[in-house]
Amino acid sequence: MHKKTIKELSSALQNKEFSSEELVSFYLHRCELHNADLNCFISLMPETAIKQAKSADKKIQNGNATPLTGIPLAHKDIFCTNGTKTTCGSKMLDNFIAPYDATVVTRLNKAGMVTLGKTNMDEFAMGSTSETSFYGAVKNPWDIDRVPGGSSGGSAAAVAAKLAPVATGTDTGGSIRQPASLCGITGLKPTYGRVSRYGMIAYASSLDQGGPITQTAEDAAIMLNAMAGFDERDSTSAEKAVEDYTKNLNESLDGLTIGLPKQYFGGQLDASIESVIQAGVKELENLGAHVKEIELPNSELSIPAYYVIALAECSSNLARFDGVRFGHRCDDPKDLTDLYLRSRAEGFGKEVKRRIITGTYVLSAGYYDAYYLKAQKLRRLIRDDFRKALEDVDVIIGPTAPQVAFKLNEFIDDPISMYLSDIYTVSVNLAGLPAISVPAGFANELPVGMQIIGNYFAESRLLNIAHRFQQATDWHQRSPEGFE
Amino acid sequence: MSLNKSDIDKIAWLARLSISEEDTPNYLHDVSNILDLVETMNTVDTENIEPLAHPLEITARLREDKVTETDQREHFQKIAPAVDNGHYLVPKVIE
Repeated sequence: MHKKTIKELSSALQNKEFSSEELVSFYLHRCELHNADLNCFISLMPETAIKQAKSADKKIQNGNATPLTGIPLAHKDIFCTNGTKTTCGSKMLDNFIAPYDATVVTRLNKAGMVTLGKTNMDEFAMGSTSETSFYGAVKNPWDIDRVPGGSSGGSAAAVAAKLAPVATGTDTGGSIRQPASLCGITGLKPTYGRVSRYGMIAYASSLDQGGPITQTAEDAAIMLNAMAGFDERDSTSAEKAVEDYTKNLNESLDGLTIGLPKQYFGGQLDASIESVIQAGVKELENLGAHVKEIELPNSELSIPAYYVIALAECSSNLARFDGVRFGHRCDDPKDLTDLYLRSRAEGFGKEVKRRIITGTYVLSAGYYDAYYLKAQKLRRLIRDDFRKALEDVDVIIGPTAPQVAFKLNEFIDDPISMYLSDIYTVSVNLAGLPAISVPAGFANELPVGMQIIGNYFAESRLLNIAHRFQQATDWHQRSPEGFE
Repeated sequence: MSLNKSDIDKIAWLARLSISEEDTPNYLHDVSNILDLVETMNTVDTENIEPLAHPLEITARLREDKVTETDQREHFQKIAPAVDNGHYLVPKVIE
């Protein structure tokens, strides 16, 4: 069963080849079997999962099923799930039972999906390795001495190891696309505002965006159909109508113009990764696409601009964790100040503190203009570069990450090197554009992802290109040894 | 960018984070490195560029002024560390 995509599982359920309860029990068993090795789940939810599966079976019986009814999934532990522990990978929220559902969770529940559990992640989504979690590092199923990428590393590892057919993730600076690349699966970051942020624990609000982590582009389209849409509870939710993202999957790529940014090739890019991406682009040319070299002159500035904006917004968002209303509270505070100081010092891990402190500094009196405002000005230049490029080309293609999965602990004491590895993903968040990472080959026997960046709300086109690419290649069907 | 130990103490206080004496040098080192990294922002002249806060430059929408949230005080206080009689408890603030 675990070799099937959700598209295939859906028809098997409709044809009564097996029930949702059987399917869910099978996956729960697989999770219990492999989670000790991978540490991709923080919580498994066997009881509620079986209950949801039974109710899905009833809907299928009665002919009230959607394409997602009865399909199991894993939620990144950043999405609030009513009545269930929602930790965001932090000790701060180790005791937090969410009192409501995130909109993404509500929508997928309504579609009839079954939640297997909550996946591990970098603490408060701050990291590119899934090692900063209070619950320990996630391991990459392709090589358990390596990281799965981050911050949605638990979701990516779970889908790659087929412990869940599909999972949710969030992407502030690459946190869906980079782990998808490092784990050999498909990850879509939609346009900013396309998927509701309500109930998704905030890191950097002007950059955060939820999306699906799947085996195929077709599955991502099916998931996005259920996840996307206007939500009045999210002040930056896009009011644009949602299309059927599966409709154009098979469109021809004849006449498609692909832009290859000069700045994304050469330089720090590993040569073996570059050749995988070039081969992927060649494949798309065989399918009818044309290639054009383009310029994104301010690309290099995306790392500094991103880190200033993300850290500033994180310091503000994480001020809510005060030890008073929910979350960790220190023992025997001697006064209110002591309560704040110690609850926060005990509840947050090292990387989170590093980012809060830096973010507080760049927002402090006398430095705001030099850092935050300056970064926002660069953000405009970076966005305008993309806008200009996308007047001449339909999509932009490059690597998702400059390297394959790195070894565990390689960057744990070297945050700067970790930040620099986000070079190809953060600019997309600054611009608010949609982008997808698809498996495009291997380097040193580890998966390499190709990133396709599109214009605002062009998710349908991205999914079409990714789907056609996956029809012509089989990289997305490779499975790590031991998890076949 | 040169920061010193007292800068870190000051920022940590603003962020209401207690940092131990022995950890301060590490934070000083890491935060200084991050600030060095972002220093490259100054290589670009942004004199007449408007800052961009929202990637799509959409302004916050307005809605009708009507009650949309119900009172769920008990529900939300169930997860609070300390409550009494509908109030969140904190150490004494006024002597």
